[in-house]
Amino acid sequence: MIPALHSYGTVLHGMIFGLHGIVFGTTLPTLPDSVTFFIAAVIVLVGGIGVVVSRNPVHSALWLVACLFGIAVMFLLQDASFLAAVQIIVYAGAIVVLFLFVIMLLGVDRPESIGSDPLKAQRPLAILFGLGVLGGSLLLGFTAKWESGAKSQAGRAVGGSTNEVQKLGKAVFSIYLLPFEATAALLTIAVVGAVLLTMHANRTTENSKPYEDPKPYEDPVPDGYRSRQGLVANADEEVDLVDKELDVK
Amino acid sequence: MSIPGSWYLTLAALLFSIGVVGILVRRNVLIMFMCIELMLNAANLTLVTYARMLNDIGGQVLVFFVLVVAAAEVVVGLGVIVSIFRRAKSTTADDLHILKG
Repeated sequence: MIPALHSYGTVLHGMIFGLHGIVFGTTLPTLPDSVTFFIAAVIVLVGGIGVVVSRNPVHSALWLVACLFGIAVMFLLQDASFLAAVQIIVYAGAIVVLFLFVIMLLGVDRPESIGSDPLKAQRPLAILFGLGVLGGSLLLGFTAKWESGAKSQAGRAVGGSTNEVQKLGKAVFSIYLLPFEATAALLTIAVVGAVLLTMHANRTTENSKPYEDPKPYEDPVPDGYRSRQGLVANADEEVDLVDKELDVK
Repeated sequence: MSIPGSWYLTLAALLFSIGVVGILVRRNVLIMFMCIELMLNAANLTLVTYARMLNDIGGQVLVFFVLVVAAAEVVVGLGVIVSIFRRAKSTTADDLHILKG
């Protein structure tokens, strides 16, 4: 029993490694790396498509969380552990929660109809344009030459995975200190701006009047016309009025 | 060996295209915003990949700044959406034709 299981295991192992070799060619990544990559890639792509095709905005936000988690795994695979943590804390923890908060606040958490588009040509054109963007970026990525003349440069960051946070911190607080301080100002401005934007609608000062339609709507159809044409269901009253008009004439 | 960088770049291109199609197809402003987030994340993945491939920490620093700018953008954008919703009573982009000059 056990030898049979063992041989079965080796065959499976060999099959996976064979497939692996076909996909990656000579530069063979380790099996855990590639399995993690493909699982995370599927999560990212399914999450991205889920954001676009969900009818309910709440479902879109939840698919967005899945996609962001997949991206965080991609960051971890590339030794960017600090960015992976920030990705989950800031994106999943703050931005998506803000999205959900606004969806609930506005009460738009209902499924909407996305079956047909008002502009018929828009959807095929949009997909065509998206495919163009995909093809263009892939072409650019695979045909561009590095300045060193090499076709591509791949390798692990020097110093191993533990050193990465230290390097990032040193870079942020030395070379990139001025942009870092500028982000503090940017965040303050954003918060003040958001408060101002949402407060202004409540307080209407003397100078700012709420929006009014310039002309009130007028029915271009003359009175009684609809009933004469049989367009109104309860036409009795209007018919009486029309008869009176005829009597007067 | 770790995963070749071209795989990450291909994935980022796919995610970016999904974001582009989403922003062109959907009419709900909130979902259009989420598609912008998808595109920002695709760009972030590209930056991290190049930071690894070129062994330069500057790419990761740039991702850090993109995260901050994305947070600020979402805060202001959702504020705009809330104040639009108070006036137009919907979050559909088609209903904003009063912005037409």
